[in-house]
Amino acid sequence: MTPIDEIRRIAGALPDPEMPALTIADLGILRDVRVDSGGHVEIDITPTYSGCPALDTIREDLERCIRDQGYDDVTVRVVLSPAWTTEWMSEAGRIKLREYGIAPPRQQVFDVHALKIAVACPQCTSSRTHEVAHFGSTQCQAVRACDACGETFPHFKEH
Amino acid sequence: MTLVVASAAAVSTLRIADDCLVLSHRLAQWSSLAPTLEDDVALTNIALDLLGQARAMYERTAELDGTGRSEDDYVFMRDEREFVNCLLVEQENGDFARTMVRQLLCSTYQLAQWQALTDSTDAQVAAIAARAVKETSYHRDHATDWTLRLGDGTDESHARMERALADLWPFSVELFESDDVSRDAAATGYGPDPRSLRPEWQAYVNRVLADATLVVPQSTWQPTGGRQGLHTEPFGYMVAEMQHLHRSFPGATW
Repeated sequence: MTPIDEIRRIAGALPDPEMPALTIADLGILRDVRVDSGGHVEIDITPTYSGCPALDTIREDLERCIRDQGYDDVTVRVVLSPAWTTEWMSEAGRIKLREYGIAPPRQQVFDVHALKIAVACPQCTSSRTHEVAHFGSTQCQAVRACDACGETFPHFKEH
Repeated sequence: MTLVVASAAAVSTLRIADDCLVLSHRLAQWSSLAPTLEDDVALTNIALDLLGQARAMYERTAELDGTGRSEDDYVFMRDEREFVNCLLVEQENGDFARTMVRQLLCSTYQLAQWQALTDSTDAQVAAIAARAVKETSYHRDHATDWTLRLGDGTDESHARMERALADLWPFSVELFESDDVSRDAAATGYGPDPRSLRPEWQAYVNRVLADATLVVPQSTWQPTGGRQGLHTEPFGYMVAEMQHLHRSFPGATW
């Protein structure tokens, strides 16, 4: 395995501090890994939301875990463009989210307001659900309730 | 600290950063006080989005004005007269109706502004705007829902919305004022001339108010001055509270 592949694998496996069931690779936050001839490692990450408080933690965790692997010279850059979208979340990430009890973001969404695809309940899979609140326990989540089983559940908003 | 003479792009960036920061601080004052748990969470989430937008724009301002100031320098080390936010964002929260009217007027304006800024010739600002558009469209949805619910609600909620609208509407005029800075910024392709945002804002707000059975106030009072650092009385108190810790313990970290 080349250093770049190894670093990509280690960095990608880092859990998200707010949703530890998901890795930063699952979320699509990890954008690029570069290693120059002098052994300097540069990792690009992108924030999900402008004020996401998890970003500083992710940056520190990343630097530490790459150093622990023997790469002493590490820079983690925060890149804003192109802006992160839930379309970058991996299929594995969507499955893990559902198993964790959070309805994953719907795919191929170009206009959230024109959206008609149902959000399925992560508990009973019914598509008869409704939104309780736009805003949930983190910036990226909304709160929904299931009309079939009665459970409320978080929904990872399309973004 | 004296006012830094900077480019139109730097001042325009600072104006937007200050709008976001001050509105964020006002909304954060609702923490633990909102009428329902869901809205406590919503208002503080919106505040967090705005704070993130402010931080990104302060960072960009420091690059554009060449001072290399930190975000904290802008927020905690400037005096009231050095803030260039519009007057609307600094108005006190009042009751929930008043906060929702302020949110409707502000978020509709900010959404139009961020949309225009996605075409900015400043690539960094365009990138910040691309993310902010998505966030701000949720803010506008939230304010719209509550405007409809309270305006077309009970006699009491309707009356409170009417009162809030009469109080805050005059402050909306300032949002669309052009000056040398905004004209210069528009000419260089940095961002929109505020005047150009008015038709879209007016159309949206009028439609929501009509659906909410509220009447657009006829107002002749047009307070202005925020962009030049001249603020309304409640702002000084807000700044004093916001800066108190940092002023008492300079450089404090935790």
